Amino acid sequence: MEEPMDRVHENMLDGNAAAGILDEIFGGEMTASPTECEHCGREGELGSLLTFTQAPGLVLRCPACSEVMLRVVQTPDYTYLDVRGAVYLRLARR
Amino acid sequence: MTERFVSRGFLGKHRAAAAANRVPPGQHAVDDFPVLSAGPTPRTDLEKWSFSLEGELAKPARWSWAEFLALPAQEFVVDIHCVTKWTKLDTRWKGVSVDTLLEQVELRPTARYLTAFSDGGYTTNLPLPDVVNGQAFIGYEYDGKPLAPEHGGPARLVVPHLYFWKSAKWVRGLRLMEKDKRGFWESLGYNNHGDPWKEERYTGD
Amino acid sequence: MKRLLEWQIAAVKSIREETYRTKTLTLSLPSWTAHRPGQHYDVRLTAPDGYQAQRSYSIASEPERTGEIDLTVEQLSDGEVSSYLHDVLVPGDRIEVRGPIGGYFVWEASLGGPLLLVAGGSGVVPLMSMVRHRRAAGATVATHLLYSSRTPEDVIYADELHELQAAGDGLRVIQTFTRAQPPNWTGYARRIDAAMLSEVAAPLGRKAQAFICGPTLLVEAAADGLVEAGLAPERIKTERFGPSGGTA
Repeated sequence: MEEPMDRVHENMLDGNAAAGILDEIFGGEMTASPTECEHCGREGELGSLLTFTQAPGLVLRCPACSEVMLRVVQTPDYTYLDVRGAVYLRLARR
Repeated sequence: MTERFVSRGFLGKHRAAAAANRVPPGQHAVDDFPVLSAGPTPRTDLEKWSFSLEGELAKPARWSWAEFLALPAQEFVVDIHCVTKWTKLDTRWKGVSVDTLLEQVELRPTARYLTAFSDGGYTTNLPLPDVVNGQAFIGYEYDGKPLAPEHGGPARLVVPHLYFWKSAKWVRGLRLMEKDKRGFWESLGYNNHGDPWKEERYTGD
Repeated sequence: MKRLLEWQIAAVKSIREETYRTKTLTLSLPSWTAHRPGQHYDVRLTAPDGYQAQRSYSIASEPERTGEIDLTVEQLSDGEVSSYLHDVLVPGDRIEVRGPIGGYFVWEASLGGPLLLVAGGSGVVPLMSMVRHRRAAGATVATHLLYSSRTPEDVIYADELHELQAAGDGLRVIQTFTRAQPPNWTGYARRIDAAMLSEVAAPLGRKAQAFICGPTLLVEAAADGLVEAGLAPERIKTERFGPSGGTA
């Protein structure tokens, strides 16, 4: 982002707000799992990402550089997932 | 499986009386103007703002904020339809028709599609025939006042006959292209065209 | 095999008015799982024509209470779901929920402390689950709860917080009132700021684990203030309040 963002007035939540949908997709709790921003290299839990829910889909962004890390769209029949902005996601084996 | 559970006494906001033939199927009319955003609101200095036309043109064009305001402007009163199912009737805008912008450049015959691009990285794609002949404009005033940043100000693309995600907030230009390229939501399950009267919400609709 | 997150139909056991804007729903769950304090449940409402609205609500109760949960819900002026929960739902009704959800904004006695909890308005709800659990588990970890309210009438769980603090097991409740204060009030009477945070956090030292929950404005101010006070960012967990429905 070129411009500084005014975090106080954003329609924005924490990654906790994505916990239900991520659990549904990955079959387990994800927000305490680490991930890395593909753009700036910041590592942190999914729960610490900036989360935009007032949109046609769910968008998780890096709290350091604001770039998109993960996107989810749920249609009546499918879930679409874009994780290009994350170097990795970590899932517990079970 | 079991029968669908229904919450006793719950109807939902969408049951507000619909103005019959102006509200597309599956939509409900609202009085407020909901704010949707997929990212932080950019705060672009008007001194640094510009609007560009690029791509399949004989020569690209670029306007500063002052130059853009000097272009012939029009008033528009249009109904808008968001894919999240709200419709807002009779929204009043001032802005520059895409026709006016295209008159200032020479399109190559290969220009068939376009991508609108915005501050913050948002993109959306449209076929050229969907933005000409008075169907689309770059709005910078809403309801008589400068367009607020949360609604896409200083300027947003408005294409009222398609779902509102096509009306890119914080728009900074249009890239004319020979081939179609899916934008931010179109690449993730949303319909490539997005006609609310045909309920083209998702891929495959 | 881990249990999948599935919707279940809870029964509304009781509804208690906490303040003029908040109510606590006690739900009996056919498939109850012990939650981790700080977690939430999703609530889903379905209209006869299939239209659905979904929101997340923090659990207020402690996991030591089995078979049921408390959700404390603030009525929002234009809240489609919160209005239903406040104005339509009555004991005996059934309601669709799934949870518990979340693993980031959680604290359990086994995680130790010291603990710094910062709440704005109904942001106190998930922190209340932590405080209640702390008591039920017999933990004595040093805990400071800084709780910002507009007026005394806005304080949720006022009596219980008073009792918990009076138990003298290491919990301190520090309140601030931003618009109107109780008579003869000598405590804080302003929005949470860096100076206040530093006073509240200093006795806990730099090893404190901080949880901040409330409106975005308060969360940002408190997180910045704690970093300024010398707390490492990874020790600060936040939960912003706002519209958090599904994406449909």
